[in-house]
Amino acid sequence: MKTNMKKIISLPCALLFVFFGVNAHAVDAKIEFNRDIRPILSDNCYACHGPDSGARKAGLRLDTEEGAKSKRKGNTAVVSGNAMQSELYKRIVSVDAHEQMPPPKSNKKLDEKQKELIKKWIEQGANWEGHWSFISVRNPTVPKVINSKGFVRNDIDGFILEKLAQNKLEHSKEADRITLLRRLCFDLTGLPPTKEQVKSFTGDKGDKSYENLVDQLLSSPHYGERMSVFWLDLVRYADSVGYHGDQSVTVWPFRDWVIQSFNKNTPFDRFTIEQIAGDLLPNASIENKTASGYNRLGMMSAEGGVQDKEYLAKYASERVRNVSGVWLGTTLGCAECHDHKFDPFTAKDFYSMEAFFADITERGLYNGSDFGPRISLPSPEQQQQLDSLDDKILSLKKVLDMNTSALEQQQLLWETSVRESSSWQILKPEKAVSKGGAKLTIADDGSVLASGKKAEKDTYTLNLKLPGGTFTALKIEALPHPSLPAGGSGRAGNGNFVLSEFKVNLMNKTETQVVALVDASATFEQDVAGETNPYKKWTASSAIDGDVKGDGWGWAIFPEVNKPQHAVFQLNENLKGECVLSLVLEQNHGKGFHTLGNFRISITEAPKPVKAGQGASLPADVLVILALDPLKRSEQQKQKIASHYRSLAPALETSRKELIASQNKRNEIEKSFSTTLVTVARAPRTIKVLARGNWMDDSGAVVLPNIPTFLPAIKSANKPRLDRQDLAIWLVSRENPLTSRVLVNRLWKLFFGTGISKKLDDVGSQGEWPSHPELLDFLASYLVDNNWDIKKTIKLMVMSGAYRQSSVPSAELAEKDPFNKWVARQARFRVEAEFIRDNYLAISGLLVDKQGGPSVKPFQPPGYWAYLNFPGREWQKDNGESVYRRGLYTHWQRQYLHPAMLAFDASCREECSADRVRSNTPLQALALLNDPCEVEAARVFAEKILQEGGNTDADKVDYAFSRTVSRLPKPKEKEVMLNLVVSYRKSFTADPKAAKDFLAVGDRTLSKDLAEIEVAAWGGLARALFNLHETITRN
Amino acid sequence: MNQIINDRLARRAFLKYSAGGLGSMALASMLDPKISYASQVGSKGVINPVHHNPRVKRVIYLYMAGGMSHLETWDPKPTLAKMNGQPMPESVTKGQQIAQLQGAKLNCLGPQHPFQKYGKSGIEFSSIFPELGARAADHMCIIRSLYTEAINHDPAHTFMNTGTMINGRPSMGSWLWYGLGSETESLPGFVVMVSTGKFGQSQPIAARQWHSGFLPSKFQGVQFRGTGEPVLYIRNPKGVDESRQAELIKAVQSLDKLENEVVADPEIEARIAQYELAYRMQGSVPELMDVSKEPKKVLEAYGANPGDGSFASNCLLARRLAERGVRFIQLYHRDWDHHGSVKDHSLGTAKEVDRGAAALIEDLKQRGMLDETLIVFGTEFGRTPMAQGNGRDHHIKGFSMWLAGGGIKGGMTYGNTDEFGYSAVEKPVPVHDLHATMLHLMGIDHKKLSFRFQGRDFRLTDVHGNVIKDILT
Repeated sequence: MKTNMKKIISLPCALLFVFFGVNAHAVDAKIEFNRDIRPILSDNCYACHGPDSGARKAGLRLDTEEGAKSKRKGNTAVVSGNAMQSELYKRIVSVDAHEQMPPPKSNKKLDEKQKELIKKWIEQGANWEGHWSFISVRNPTVPKVINSKGFVRNDIDGFILEKLAQNKLEHSKEADRITLLRRLCFDLTGLPPTKEQVKSFTGDKGDKSYENLVDQLLSSPHYGERMSVFWLDLVRYADSVGYHGDQSVTVWPFRDWVIQSFNKNTPFDRFTIEQIAGDLLPNASIENKTASGYNRLGMMSAEGGVQDKEYLAKYASERVRNVSGVWLGTTLGCAECHDHKFDPFTAKDFYSMEAFFADITERGLYNGSDFGPRISLPSPEQQQQLDSLDDKILSLKKVLDMNTSALEQQQLLWETSVRESSSWQILKPEKAVSKGGAKLTIADDGSVLASGKKAEKDTYTLNLKLPGGTFTALKIEALPHPSLPAGGSGRAGNGNFVLSEFKVNLMNKTETQVVALVDASATFEQDVAGETNPYKKWTASSAIDGDVKGDGWGWAIFPEVNKPQHAVFQLNENLKGECVLSLVLEQNHGKGFHTLGNFRISITEAPKPVKAGQGASLPADVLVILALDPLKRSEQQKQKIASHYRSLAPALETSRKELIASQNKRNEIEKSFSTTLVTVARAPRTIKVLARGNWMDDSGAVVLPNIPTFLPAIKSANKPRLDRQDLAIWLVSRENPLTSRVLVNRLWKLFFGTGISKKLDDVGSQGEWPSHPELLDFLASYLVDNNWDIKKTIKLMVMSGAYRQSSVPSAELAEKDPFNKWVARQARFRVEAEFIRDNYLAISGLLVDKQGGPSVKPFQPPGYWAYLNFPGREWQKDNGESVYRRGLYTHWQRQYLHPAMLAFDASCREECSADRVRSNTPLQALALLNDPCEVEAARVFAEKILQEGGNTDADKVDYAFSRTVSRLPKPKEKEVMLNLVVSYRKSFTADPKAAKDFLAVGDRTLSKDLAEIEVAAWGGLARALFNLHETITRN
Repeated sequence: MNQIINDRLARRAFLKYSAGGLGSMALASMLDPKISYASQVGSKGVINPVHHNPRVKRVIYLYMAGGMSHLETWDPKPTLAKMNGQPMPESVTKGQQIAQLQGAKLNCLGPQHPFQKYGKSGIEFSSIFPELGARAADHMCIIRSLYTEAINHDPAHTFMNTGTMINGRPSMGSWLWYGLGSETESLPGFVVMVSTGKFGQSQPIAARQWHSGFLPSKFQGVQFRGTGEPVLYIRNPKGVDESRQAELIKAVQSLDKLENEVVADPEIEARIAQYELAYRMQGSVPELMDVSKEPKKVLEAYGANPGDGSFASNCLLARRLAERGVRFIQLYHRDWDHHGSVKDHSLGTAKEVDRGAAALIEDLKQRGMLDETLIVFGTEFGRTPMAQGNGRDHHIKGFSMWLAGGGIKGGMTYGNTDEFGYSAVEKPVPVHDLHATMLHLMGIDHKKLSFRFQGRDFRLTDVHGNVIKDILT
């Protein structure tokens, strides 16, 4: 006993709690198995005599009534009514080391009180009960109690009062109005009351005023933000993937979906189904798909050297831990390697649960930027832009599709021209001369190759003979050649050329006649280095401009030098054949030897207009149709050719350009959409039981999706294979005893400081027996009976008399029930990490009241991310309103969570987190004293104090204090604050530079009309106020 | 009057239970400034008294992050040298887990540096550690038969620190602080420093590695930084000097006290005490981190340049932290991921750590502190005897570490890998045994340091762990 006492002093609440519980019941005549006996057996016996068949010793099971009470080898562990014949009792009281249970080497030992309890229980008949959380939820009748002092407000209070009476405790009086107001505001919105709320609530003492406030807060959009902090911890939402490089991932639309669901008061059953199986719902909406992102919130890796199979196994088992942690309030985690030691979960149950999720499309190893299936989500503004663009695109398409006779006419002409345009005849020069001295070689195919001497400027003159015919246009082809620089068609170092002027002369016997060229076009016209070019491009038309804009400009083709290009020059007047032409190709660029290297001349009779590239780029099927007689074409062919013509009809060019521009714009907007990870189902992977959790062991049995077999089965089990939807529906079915209990227990913690069963993460046999089991069941049935209405359930809790009690214990109460097990008072606790920030931003007036959107980056100490890599990163602080958003919107980096959040116990969200601890550490003090975010808020608050706080220091202190903690200071408090202000004023007056430095912290500009020393002095007080225990505590 | 006294007693009692041994002395000193802080001995842990006579008071864990090749450092392999360039026998590698060499041809790569005997004991290790060889060999116990379970950096670090690959469990420093408390109240009981070299790939290190997991978060390791603000938020805001800060904290405490007169909330007392500690840390940490006043010959012995954030400087800081009573000091040097150029890179990285580590041992010895300190020089895994180009891939079946200090037999080696340096074959040491041995040296039976979470009593050693008795004096 001596050692036990020591343990109690140095160990914790858990043991003391047991101690207290035992005390309270030692006199209690009736032993209850679940409350009194099961915890002893579970703690001390189940590791060897429990559900884990692999570890079971001597074949004895004490976790089932059958195991405990049946005869084995002549002995019976528990003989109802007779302790002395019960082997269990004989063994626990034995002093023989070979007989004694638990065995001495197990380091486990029953104390005298526990032995006595077991004895009494057996003697009372060894009444057996199933574990409290695994038996179906009952709907207990509300105990009839005397409503002393008007305590009872609703059914909850009956349950509370009954237990108080049993434990000879008295409830506390109702808290004062300011405390109630602050309690409700923090609990339901995570924010302190506004000035107006203080005024109206303290002013209106009417019967309905409390309920009105509750309704007002429950319908505030901040309610959803507050609740999401609770939920996002459970489902491990974060903005980075967690493993190795901890790369960013975009899934904030899921966070916003959670906020909105709470605000819309989506029933919890629907809320559950959408997360686990939103993608499988018929006609799944964007919201359903976003919700299905739940399955993708686990950690992922992009570490090179990851083996896909190993990580798929990791992700899958984490998913089982999460779904069982969130909805079943138990961890199946142990069963990954072996049957559960304390609860009847088997290893097969674990993998059967895993199999539900085997259809999720995912990878073991990701590439660091693409983390699997996601959808795009337009913002409202983007959606608006899209809608108007879609309208425009639709009307443009109508224009383009419209059939007019003019268009038909033009099409016929075009068809003829295309048919004939393929008839280019090559003209092989008879003579080719370079003025600059290059050697021009005429090849058999008619092409001319330049080699030898290179001149900066050159002019080639070609003489050629025309065949018979009526010609409409000339063509110059620039042909890449391996002998030329960069394998291009020009002689410049990069394979380019500039044809600055192209002239054609008709050589009659007696005279030379200029042949006029019009309408030049080319397959490609260079726009690189086009800035100083008067044409802004190196166009073919600048080769027939008569060099009016200078003789250095012309047709060029960089960077497309390695493809054959050509320019077409239409003849102003058709030219009759059977004549001799002299072609002059001037190349006067003058820098870098931009002369033609390999080229060829052709001529055509095709009807005008003749354009470069005509015919050449037509798709094969169009060419086939073109060759057909228009009358013999099918309807489909007619349409095809008509639609092709519309894509190049000159008459439609404006509309076409507009359409392309609109489509481009649309693509751009779509690319800027945010994305979010979603679940996409695929053919399910085979899931096997992995022996000892070893992913390399393929020998285990294949399992199909199923829920733990000792729980009531899924009803729709006729399907060959159950899916996630079946699981989700089962989780929120009446048959499942866990989900509703687990949820109301966790909600109770939000509003009463601890759960009715204190262990929020385990309601299995190692969890804690609930202090008020009937109340827990009552609330669970209330929730389900009211269609899983969360707001309504919360309202019931906060409307109760129990909730409204003062949190200040009397000395007697503090002594008798130090941990407030019996709820004879309310709880006092520090607000969540996110709300610490929200609180000072709200008081200062800096808080930006905006909901949702991408996560934000307020100030974070530089270098904090120094040890992240792949890629290495530095936190880039946002600007503007993003740095004054609520804490829940801060970028959630799993490996390096924002240090101010981390200091105040925010979860890294690597796994399911059901129960954030509430620590009290020096690092919290440092963060709250010195974080520049807080310092800036203090300075801005100081400005407000000076502007709105009245004339005297005393008035200002009243103002500042009551804005912070919603009450006026007492004289002694006021004295402390006034002293601080006076002293700071003096100190900053002596050192105005220090004041300036202090005021320079943060982005918000300082009001010009305020004295700097004053702002700095009151800023000191503001910092002190932000650091008060009362400020950050919900009482 | 009676009520007030009772009240106070109840609060004191509560404080003792709830704050896990937060010294009420701290509070008393705050209320009465005449009581000196120096008289305090720190906070008690849950293991009180300890299970057996402790051999050491603290651990300094030199963590060679990235996967230090055992073949270039502590594990001589002449057979492997002979087989350089030849195929690794398939019998060795078949069915084994492989990281980046998946599907590649597996050829032997001989050790890239000569080994030699050091010290009076003549233990053999690589010539790339001349300083350790000359100054510390006879204190070192090299374990050549470690193996681990995780082949990628992130889970391997998590396994090495917490005994499991599953996230959310406490790291060993948190366990020790929780179990034993701390000898200082002006500093955290678990301090982490990180340096980065310039040879290997700089693999990331997650703050999870020093997280307290499910233990109360006050036992989380605190990162001290060699450059920039030494501890996050430790510096006063701009324009606020020490006296302004002191005055402000005093006002906060006075107001908290006035509130507490009405509500009698032990959490308020705890908060007042934490502000006291915070204030003291603001004084002590910058003084601690400023090594510029160390004698020149000490700086030279370590090869430390004040403020350079190097491993050598961190070693010197580790000694200063040890002197001030920090329970667990962990120095990461993230430069050992030598997938390529293992010859040059291991030489370079060894040079970054050799002198600092040797100096730390010498320095502690000179101050009479080596006997009460356990030094661990370890890594998350070793590297393959097979070549990856001219480097080596991750390897988990066998690797090396060394221990030195109180309770450790110096100048010996323990265990062995096979002739290829592939598998730990002689006296294999799983990571849990290392943890069990560490706790043992601190006076803790590793089976009795547990914490209940999700309905189960968790331990650093999970359900495993044996103390390696043969290496203990």
